[in-house]
Amino acid sequence: MPFKRYVEIGRIALVNYGKDYGKLVVIVDVIDQNRALVDSPDMVRGQMNFKRLTLTDIKIDINRVPNKKTLIAAMEAADVKNKWEKSSWGRKLIVQKKRASLNDFDRFKIMLAKIKKAGVVRQELAKLKKETA
Amino acid sequence: MGTHITTQLSTYSQTHSFHLISKPIRVSFISPPHFIGAKNHRRSMAPKDRKPHVSRNPELIRGVGKYSRSKMYHKRGLWAIKAKNGGAFPKHEKKAVAAAPAEKPPKFYPADDVKKPLVNKRKARPTKLRASITPGTVLIILAGRFKGKRVVFLKQLTSGLLLVTGPFKINGVPLRRVNQSYVIATSTKVDISGVNVEKFDDKYFGKKVEKKTKKGEGEFFEAEKEEKNTLPQDKKDDQKTVDAALIASIESVPDLKSYLGARFSLKAGMKPHELVF
Repeated sequence: MPFKRYVEIGRIALVNYGKDYGKLVVIVDVIDQNRALVDSPDMVRGQMNFKRLTLTDIKIDINRVPNKKTLIAAMEAADVKNKWEKSSWGRKLIVQKKRASLNDFDRFKIMLAKIKKAGVVRQELAKLKKETA
Repeated sequence: MGTHITTQLSTYSQTHSFHLISKPIRVSFISPPHFIGAKNHRRSMAPKDRKPHVSRNPELIRGVGKYSRSKMYHKRGLWAIKAKNGGAFPKHEKKAVAAAPAEKPPKFYPADDVKKPLVNKRKARPTKLRASITPGTVLIILAGRFKGKRVVFLKQLTSGLLLVTGPFKINGVPLRRVNQSYVIATSTKVDISGVNVEKFDDKYFGKKVEKKTKKGEGEFFEAEKEEKNTLPQDKKDDQKTVDAALIASIESVPDLKSYLGARFSLKAGMKPHELVF
């Protein structure tokens, strides 16, 4: 019921709309009720409406509006990239991206693999059923 | 060459005397080659080849050169050429034009003017091949009796159609022509280096010209039809030679053979505009 993820300096957020869709950004300052100053190692620091951001669990330790070097160092220290890629949200996004980039041949190979896996599972199930029967 | 325009004299120029006041200001029509001085040197070029000279009159703005006509006359050295030639510009005799044979007046004048068709300089060339289609690409055929079949692209023929083969043993598609518009190019490539497709062209696939037979009775026709249905043996051999090299390179990639043997179809949840092929 209570909120767990707060807008604060150092909060990592995911951009969910616009030119930088899908990027992880750090909130480095709050401009007013609706906008935050936002920065990332690969983008120019700029403002973004909170509606374009989805807060994540990750927070880093920075002062208000650090310079790029400090920001990058803080992100390395907190190991943001690995934490994100290990989290279930991050893993889901990676899988979505992979699925979207699949080739026609890749989709065919995946289909064969799924059928094979299902076959193996069914065999095991049949074995287990026979034992308990 | 130029028109004479007298400008309205401003009060400034009335009080200060310029030597220009008495002369009207000449404005010449902009005819760039002569005025700017570019490439006028053809006239002064000797018959033997010289490098074409860049203009001696730098352009201030488009249509306006830095130097006036009199200055350009001096720069180009026309005074020197005239001096060499004794006061007049050297004239070359006109080449004697061979008298054209006397044309007879036409026998017939059409009553109304005959319209000449407009000139058409377009050249026929084969359709532009999509960048994604290179020799060895796996294509998905979208229409015809082989729709959905995944097929190997060999080359583009001069008519613009694509030469394609199954290979025949894998999916039943023979050496065949296919239009580029009815094809999806996948990004899967097959190694096609061992295949020689030089001999195939549009004539190879054209319909065989029938010798005109006399209109015989019914039995005559039936006999003719039965003969035509079988493929000539040399076409079967061509198919075998092309496919032999292809199948070898296909089998080196795991699952590719069964991939080419399967048909493509859209399943639930597949959005063609989002699919990467």
